[in-house]
Amino acid sequence: MRTLDELKRVASRQARVVEVLGDDEIALRLLEMGLTPGVEVTFVGTAPLGDPLELELRGYRLSVRKREAERIVVDPLE
Amino acid sequence: MSSIRSNNIIVWNAPDHRENRRTLVREPNMATDTERAVLHVALIGNPNTGKSTLFGALSGVRQRVGNYPGVTVEKKLGTFRHRGRHFQLIDLPGTYSLAPRSPDEMVTVDVLLGRQVDVTPPDVVLCIVDASNLQRNLYLVSQVLELGLRTILVLNMVDVAHDRGMEIDPARLQRQLGIPVVPMQAHRGIGVDELKAAMCSLSGACFESPPSPFPEPFRREVAQLAKLVKTGANGAPPAAIPRYLAERLLLDTSGYLERRFGASHDNAIGVHVRAARMRLAEAGCAVPAVEATARYAWVGRVLDGVVTRQPRHRATLTDRVDRVLTHRVWGTVVFAALMVAMFQSVFRGAIPLMDMIDGAIGLIAQRAEALVPTGALGSLLVDGLIAGVGGVLVFLPQIVILFFFIGVLEDCGYMARAAFLTDRLMVRAGLSGKSFIPLLSSFACAIPGIMATRVIENRRDRLTTILVAPLMSCSARLPVYTVLIAAFIPRRRYFGGLIDLQAVVLLSMYLLGMAAAVIVALVLKRTVLRGAPPPFVMELPTYKWPSPSVVLHRMLDRGWAFVRRAGTLIVCVSIVIWAMLYYPHDASRVEAPYQAQRAAIEEQLAAISESAPVRATLEQRRARIEDEIAGAYQRQSILGRMGRWVEPVVKPLGWDWRIGCAAIASFPAREVVVATLGVIYNLGSNLDVEAEGDTTRLALALRRATWEGTDRPVYNVPVALSIMVFFALCAQCAATLVVIQRETASWRWPLFTFAYMTTFAYLGALVTYQVGMLLI
Repeated sequence: MRTLDELKRVASRQARVVEVLGDDEIALRLLEMGLTPGVEVTFVGTAPLGDPLELELRGYRLSVRKREAERIVVDPLE
Repeated sequence: MSSIRSNNIIVWNAPDHRENRRTLVREPNMATDTERAVLHVALIGNPNTGKSTLFGALSGVRQRVGNYPGVTVEKKLGTFRHRGRHFQLIDLPGTYSLAPRSPDEMVTVDVLLGRQVDVTPPDVVLCIVDASNLQRNLYLVSQVLELGLRTILVLNMVDVAHDRGMEIDPARLQRQLGIPVVPMQAHRGIGVDELKAAMCSLSGACFESPPSPFPEPFRREVAQLAKLVKTGANGAPPAAIPRYLAERLLLDTSGYLERRFGASHDNAIGVHVRAARMRLAEAGCAVPAVEATARYAWVGRVLDGVVTRQPRHRATLTDRVDRVLTHRVWGTVVFAALMVAMFQSVFRGAIPLMDMIDGAIGLIAQRAEALVPTGALGSLLVDGLIAGVGGVLVFLPQIVILFFFIGVLEDCGYMARAAFLTDRLMVRAGLSGKSFIPLLSSFACAIPGIMATRVIENRRDRLTTILVAPLMSCSARLPVYTVLIAAFIPRRRYFGGLIDLQAVVLLSMYLLGMAAAVIVALVLKRTVLRGAPPPFVMELPTYKWPSPSVVLHRMLDRGWAFVRRAGTLIVCVSIVIWAMLYYPHDASRVEAPYQAQRAAIEEQLAAISESAPVRATLEQRRARIEDEIAGAYQRQSILGRMGRWVEPVVKPLGWDWRIGCAAIASFPAREVVVATLGVIYNLGSNLDVEAEGDTTRLALALRRATWEGTDRPVYNVPVALSIMVFFALCAQCAATLVVIQRETASWRWPLFTFAYMTTFAYLGALVTYQVGMLLI
């Protein structure tokens, strides 16, 4: 179990979402954008300054900040 | 497209009041729709789905833009006809979700539910989706369907989906979704007629919305809550709230909807909502995750077998382009080049157009001067009205050029990347990457910059950006800097000519504004605009070629919005300042001392021949006397007198009353200060600061100026710096303040901007002068 911001250290750069922590606006937005339990996420890269991150899920690209990605518990795929 | 009409879920029946209605049914109107003159259609969709393109394709040029009362959301209406029926189309703001947490977001829900006072309830809802990104787009559709409105799914960008190796089966989607589905390529106008036909045939139908996607325990709680909460929109008698709002009340953990529906910590509704959330958490349906889980599960069922993916042979164009554009080195290089090009175009590219407008206004003023007798009326027309209109129009080139770039960047999908690349930088100032382009543009002119803040959805971020944008040193400050630097900052070079003192001073003025902006932004985000940092969870859309019509429309729309909504007020301010500079206009008192001199020159001019060599000298002397009279009028005007009253206030800044007067007169626009100083120092008002000669003339006049009644010079380096600092930080730009009022829909924010910037400017100038005097 890791959080999504650590995914760049995983060789496959892919993971399945386990849960999004919290019940505030950020958690809600992450859920609305499709980061629901069970969905597969690919870590695409980071912005030149190291933050935010670029992800791919449900067939589209999403940008999240590291602090937001820390809320997303994932199960890396090997 | 015949399958649309042979849909078996749309029920064509009279309203029978069945007892066991599973879900909400919207009653058809008492008069049948064909009898009604206008069919009201609402358009909703995610950002980047081609919603504006569809709006344009449907309503053409017949569009109106306004504001909803009390919020900053733009209300866009359009009309069109199809087969003798009139349609009115309302464009709702692009959104990923109908989960209102603020009055701005509530507007969309209120319009759709017919609870918005100034909008007719919609008969049909068009829900536009990006066919290449169906999963996430259908999330919003699932929410819209719960409103119980007749809905059509507009499956846009089917060509993009095809290019990305996706084949979509619209008939199957329509069957599984239960509403008409119209494939579309809005930018090519393909599918528009089919959509219009679908609207016509749907409008009379009775609509039954699909069952709620939520699990049973949640549905039970919603039903209970709906009975408890009564609401009366538009002054109607209180009735149970619609199911969708009861759902939202349970799901919204921000407290906004609880406040809106009268729930408090200790009343029945508040207690019930909290207890219901506890029960739901125990039943394994924790709020707010239950909504996304349930809706995406529904989306999965609806999409079952709809999309066939070709095995990917190659990376898509977006992937390849994106690999370069978000690359650590190349991405930064391309971004910097783009920003330089955009900034240069707004900053320099607008100049020829602005000169043309200036020239045209000058010509009109000349004509008017010739036609209208001199006196108060003529002066009002030429120096008040025509100059005021010119003062509005002169902003147009910058606005139009900036929105050309923004239109292209947004429509091709790079705008989100720009925010992505700069976010880290802007976070340090308490903002997000979305504030970067508005603030960068403000270095050319704050007006298009403030107008560009509409891309920032978060209200607090947007307001902060608007409030600090005028601190960026805009092009109107340059003349002030140029004149004062040329006059008082010595041309000194250091480090073998590498560093030029004049350039250092100019750069410091830009840095001063930026530093002030960062401080103000950080303070605002900790005080009046305090709140949790908004999420930066943002879609990075696929790249596509920008559509010329969308870009063109964007430019014209913004330009026209500025003229129409801000223009009148700016002209009014110019007229007030004109009056203060004109009146009391006591001709006998002002002109008397010059009468004899003028008469003597006129006499000599009449006596000599047309070609006499002294003629030029005499004419010059006459012009100088006219300039002196103009200066005398200005010194005697209301504003001139105000300058004297404020002298005690501005003296600590090292200023005499003339500078105070010029500062007040520059309220409509900063650059006016140069012309005003010109008039005060008897140089006439037609100084051209870009012409070397005029700058030198003004510089000489400034160097010669002395405190009245003494021979102590007014200007030295600290005074010049104090004026520059003042103009770097002050809010002397009526147009900016008016635009802030228009964009925030309140006078509170322009007043706040003026107050804080003037305070900053005064204190900055005070410190500069006082410290400067200690050093020299």
